Amino acid sequence: MSKRPLLEAKDLHISFSGMTAVAGVDLTIHEGEFVAIIGPNGSGKTTFLNLCTGYLKPNKGEVYLDGTPIVAMAPRKIAHHGIARAFQIPQLFLDQTVLDNLLIAMAAKQGIWSWFQNLRTARRRAEAMAMLTMVGLQDEADQFASALPEGKRKLLDIVLALALKPRLILLDEPTSGVSTIERFSLMETLMKALREAKVTALFVEHDMEVVQRYADRVAVWDSGRVLTEGPPAEVFSNEEVLRKVVGV
Amino acid sequence: MLGMIIPLVVDGLTNAALIFFVAVGLTLVFSVLRVLNVAHGSFYSIGAYIAASLCLWVVSAGLNPWLTFVALLASAVILAAALGPLVEATLIQWTFGKPESVQILATFGLFLILEDLQRIVFGVTSIAEDTPMLLLGVTSIGDMVYLNYQLLLILAAIVVVVALRMMLVKSRIGKLLSAVVFDREMALSVGINTKRLFLFAFTLGVFLAALGGALAAPTSGAAPGLGAETIVLAFAVAAIGGLGQIEGAALAAVIVGLARVFAIYFAPQLEAVAPYIVMLVVLLIRPYGLFGSDQARRI
Amino acid sequence: MRPFIYLLAALAIVGMAAVPFTAPWLQFVLTLGIANGMVALGVAILLRAGLISIGHAMFFAIGAYCIAFLSRMGINEFAALLVLGVTGSAVAGLIVGAFVVRYRAIFFAMLNLAISMVVYSLIAKMHGVTGGTDGMPLHTPTFFGVLLDKPGFDLALYYFAIVLMLIIGYLVHRYWKSPLGYALSAIESNELRLEYLGVSARSVLLIAYVVSAAISGLGGVIAGSAIGHILPDFGYWTSSAQFVLIAVLGGIGGAAGPFLGAFFLEMLHSASVNITDAWNLITGIALIVVIVFLPSGLYGLFRKRRRSGS
Repeated sequence: MSKRPLLEAKDLHISFSGMTAVAGVDLTIHEGEFVAIIGPNGSGKTTFLNLCTGYLKPNKGEVYLDGTPIVAMAPRKIAHHGIARAFQIPQLFLDQTVLDNLLIAMAAKQGIWSWFQNLRTARRRAEAMAMLTMVGLQDEADQFASALPEGKRKLLDIVLALALKPRLILLDEPTSGVSTIERFSLMETLMKALREAKVTALFVEHDMEVVQRYADRVAVWDSGRVLTEGPPAEVFSNEEVLRKVVGV
Repeated sequence: MLGMIIPLVVDGLTNAALIFFVAVGLTLVFSVLRVLNVAHGSFYSIGAYIAASLCLWVVSAGLNPWLTFVALLASAVILAAALGPLVEATLIQWTFGKPESVQILATFGLFLILEDLQRIVFGVTSIAEDTPMLLLGVTSIGDMVYLNYQLLLILAAIVVVVALRMMLVKSRIGKLLSAVVFDREMALSVGINTKRLFLFAFTLGVFLAALGGALAAPTSGAAPGLGAETIVLAFAVAAIGGLGQIEGAALAAVIVGLARVFAIYFAPQLEAVAPYIVMLVVLLIRPYGLFGSDQARRI
Repeated sequence: MRPFIYLLAALAIVGMAAVPFTAPWLQFVLTLGIANGMVALGVAILLRAGLISIGHAMFFAIGAYCIAFLSRMGINEFAALLVLGVTGSAVAGLIVGAFVVRYRAIFFAMLNLAISMVVYSLIAKMHGVTGGTDGMPLHTPTFFGVLLDKPGFDLALYYFAIVLMLIIGYLVHRYWKSPLGYALSAIESNELRLEYLGVSARSVLLIAYVVSAAISGLGGVIAGSAIGHILPDFGYWTSSAQFVLIAVLGGIGGAAGPFLGAFFLEMLHSASVNITDAWNLITGIALIVVIVFLPSGLYGLFRKRRRSGS
């Protein structure tokens, strides 16, 4: 794991109608790291993700992706620069099949502008099926995305993000809505896929066991700012954290 | 110079008043029901036809000519009562929860039906009866002569703006409407009977459109194609003001009314397109109108 | 299943080709049907993204008026008229499209209607330039260099239109199966997701809009050439309504649907010309019937549920 900073948020501020949602956040994610963000509901975690993906513009501060400032960019451009997003509520093409969802995402990466070539080329299909098999969705390939249960929808959402072959993937509560039993197999699969593809990951998570097991570093969020950060062992032995976040 | 401007302004404001009636109905229905009724302009034209027909009947039956005013108001009431609940309870309700494209096609279909029905019922020639306008006479200010009817129209429009705003702020039903507009899910979960509110709002919208048409009938009569002209004009005005914004519709109506009248005076060829040029310019600067905002934001 | 459809289609084409000899009175109707089908196909392209243009007749009219102007200017060769007419519509589509693709749903629909009414009223009012409500005549052009009399030209136009229908239909079919075509569907499904995948919905839509305008203009060129006289009504909202109905009805049938719908409607028109002219009423009722009673048909159009592997 290199120590090269990939994403750097510097002094990020944003307020909505007088209420400060993110109040001066400095956070650095290094290449290859899996960083978890934890914190009570409403503490600004998803807002932070939105700021990093162009959905919101900050009042102050900057976010650098490998040195390039990205806060003023449209989500589209940020995606091109290598950040992919998976959402808390999976954003899928519900009236397309699972396979087509992925094919569209892959075509978006490879260049959507071909109008004469078929979407479902043999090569693209094979690549897509490989990705689906990797996460265990191969049996649902021909089902409509709307027919998928929540857990699988989340998986598909993440796979779509991975199709962009991003450098950094932002996951918003990847295990929420997933049954406790399936949670770990999902994370195992996901982590394996991410490590293989050498993708850096930042994920918002509420399940502390998942965080403890899979995160290299944890950033604790509280009232719009980073309370503390460090390896899970360190963070989870911090009394203030335990009190505010874990609820002990 | 002033002598030239004032009559134009009065004409413009009169124009504005008539457009306002139909535009505010459209925007009100949109803000409460989240449906943009393509057939809304047809309520205006049917209102005009009924008003003109009723006035003709009053005159030909030898009744007191002042009864034509009653006829104007009655037309709007009759139309609203007859079509408002009917259309809302059937077509509009049916489209709730369906994809937007279905809503668009449904109201577009209704528009097509109403346009031909008007042609079938009222014929292809235009009808007009200007008794109400003549009855009110004229006012002379300086050496300019103004039709009192115009002033009545402007006054009526102002009354409507004020009345609507007061209703929304002060009356119980108005507050319920405001709640539904602000956050429909929350309103539902608090137990507000949205069905009745939708019915009320829609019927009110029909009434306002029909009133506009009825009041316009003495000045410009009713002719085939009026419904189509009116819906695009009403949409342009509502869009300029911002969909769902009542005061926005009023301001937009004034701008458009003045634009049309000044166009007639300076560039008659452009009179019909002046409102749309205004709309284009406004939308290029503020994509959702002067006071509007982007509605759809998922996530 | 597939080969059967191809066989049916082939038979239909042969049938159409034989019409000038077997049922000559159908030739004009079918030519207009193809022209209308083109515009409906243009509407269907945008429907794929969930957008309904209720003003598309404007491009039909622009195509027709372009060739009328060109003809008046002295250009008298059909091939040239065709290319220039389509180009003119495409340019108009680019200008209008650049503005309207920022909008969705009802705003998009109404803006298209409003702009088409502006175009119509400009055409109808500028008597000096466009002949106003009298319209403009179109002199029979030479057909790829060959000078023909009107009946001869009509025949050549008919066969040419059939060829164009097949080519354009095929090209649109490929378009719909391509990444760009799927991107169009994706806009309706989840535009947010598409943007986060790095695709500009506006650009995808603009391309679709220009293509749609060009095809509609092509329809206008064919119709104008067949009728020989161009009128403002080409661009009236009643025409737009017809195109929408055809697109909605025929949308289930892929790229062929609009043409089938157009043929059906055109024949219905000519059959009932003496019975009724309440076409708006009929169209309105038909639209509502379709969306109420054929939800799967409509869902086939708007939700694009396809059998896997097709």
